[in-house]
Amino acid sequence: MLTLSGVGKRYPTGDRALNEIEVTLPKGQVMALIGPSGAGKSTLIRCVNRLVEPTEGNIRLDDVELTSLSGHKLRQARRSMGMIFQEYALVDRLSVMENVLSGRLGYVGFWRSFLRRYPQTAVAEAFRLLERVGLAHAIDKRADALSGGQRQRVGIARALLQSPKLLLVDEPTASLDPKTSRQIMRLIRELCAERDLGAIINIHDVALAKQFADRIVGLRAGEIVFDGQPSELTADILTTIYGEEEWDTTPEPLESDEQNATRPASKRTQASNVVTHMATGGAS
Amino acid sequence: MPVSTAQHGQPQWRLRTTRAQWLQYLAWLAGVSLFLLCWKLISDNTMWVFVEDAGRQGADLISRMTPPEWSYASQLWKPMWDTLNIATLGTALGIMLAFPVAFLAARNTSPHPLVRSAALVIIVSSRSINSLIWAMLLVTILGPGVLAGIIAIALRSIGFVGKLLYEAIEEIHPTPVEAISATGASRLQVMSYGVLPQVMPAFAGISVYRWDINIRESTVLGLVGAGGIGLQLNASINTLAWDHVSVIFLMIFATVLVSEWVSAKVRHAII
Repeated sequence: MLTLSGVGKRYPTGDRALNEIEVTLPKGQVMALIGPSGAGKSTLIRCVNRLVEPTEGNIRLDDVELTSLSGHKLRQARRSMGMIFQEYALVDRLSVMENVLSGRLGYVGFWRSFLRRYPQTAVAEAFRLLERVGLAHAIDKRADALSGGQRQRVGIARALLQSPKLLLVDEPTASLDPKTSRQIMRLIRELCAERDLGAIINIHDVALAKQFADRIVGLRAGEIVFDGQPSELTADILTTIYGEEEWDTTPEPLESDEQNATRPASKRTQASNVVTHMATGGAS
Repeated sequence: MPVSTAQHGQPQWRLRTTRAQWLQYLAWLAGVSLFLLCWKLISDNTMWVFVEDAGRQGADLISRMTPPEWSYASQLWKPMWDTLNIATLGTALGIMLAFPVAFLAARNTSPHPLVRSAALVIIVSSRSINSLIWAMLLVTILGPGVLAGIIAIALRSIGFVGKLLYEAIEEIHPTPVEAISATGASRLQVMSYGVLPQVMPAFAGISVYRWDINIRESTVLGLVGAGGIGLQLNASINTLAWDHVSVIFLMIFATVLVSEWVSAKVRHAII
């Protein structure tokens, strides 16, 4: 579905952030991108939705060549790529509902969005998504009144309201506690499965990556040094990616995982029937 | 380097090197000498005979100003109302004009460096001219009256509000803006969702602050014929009616006090 070929990024300062990146992401696959700070993980996913301009190579989403788009065409392509951020990147002074509805901005005109008069289909979908991520009670709260985990759930709902084909997720758990991190990762994982979304997830936490991803790509100094199943990620490979360290002492995932899973999972059955793609009906 | 090694081999640390310390002493010496020199020059150019009877002159002025002729106040309500209108309408007009200029001037929202330079020129030229001088110019163009005052206040406010607002825009968090751009939002939508909510408190605070300043400035615009209570002030001074002047002073003082109180309340409510 998403194909990166020969993608490179050189900053005007001469720093080379990415070099000859070749990756293909099939539909519905959740790919974790791991690597040390400064390896180019953030740059890579920002090249895909062109928040950062790649200097070399091609990126294709389905039949669309993303690297050559501009103006209206670029905005249209961005609608189909939802992005989730490390610091949530919500607009603090807007309400939760306004933040979620901002995921729909690419589909509505300026005055409708300025006056907050979104199409009823979009509003209904926003209600369903907030229900799905467990924030139905917080719709009218201001975004800065929420906790970290709740804010990330708003971020997820915003990204999904775009009716994306692909999620670009930048360090979703780096500002969260261990338990909330796992809940958020599980939620992203479940939503990808429900909607058959592909995802690229930048993540520092190797244990979380192994637990929740279908595939792991290791990046070091702007180059791919590992691409394989989570089970293939051995201590030797971690050393190739990150450098020398005693990897065996890395704490294993918690055993009490299943208890945490009950709350989102019980909602999942009811919600997955209702939450359907609105790409066809929602566009105005 | 401030870090050196003592004879016992222990590392030592001082805030400055010896050289830097001496340079600082010298800089202080130069600064104090310059101050004393200026003091001497000013003293030589002052006619101390006039200053010597300053106390007597001041006392004379105060005796002529007291008691204030309170009945005169009844004639001042209308010009005071004009003054408030000049300040409020002028501020409103200035804010409306400054708002787009600030977005064009801020580095992160400006569409093009050339547009940014043009917006900065507008801001600087508005700021470099005092409202009293704007009023003088406008009275010659538009004729005397409240309209000249309103426009003078507005023109001066563009620079003030524009500068503070564009600085606020440049200091916003970039990540929400990035997130809104990533949804496929248009440029204007990014402004209205990503930027505007972040600068609203600053914008409201700046506007109220400028209104507060403009109340004070509009009290003197009448001196050059631009309407308001300054006209009465000018007339009273010209006819040496000092007991009227003191009533006007007290009235201006009370108004400024009230406007300070209102703006403090409003700013507190917003921020």
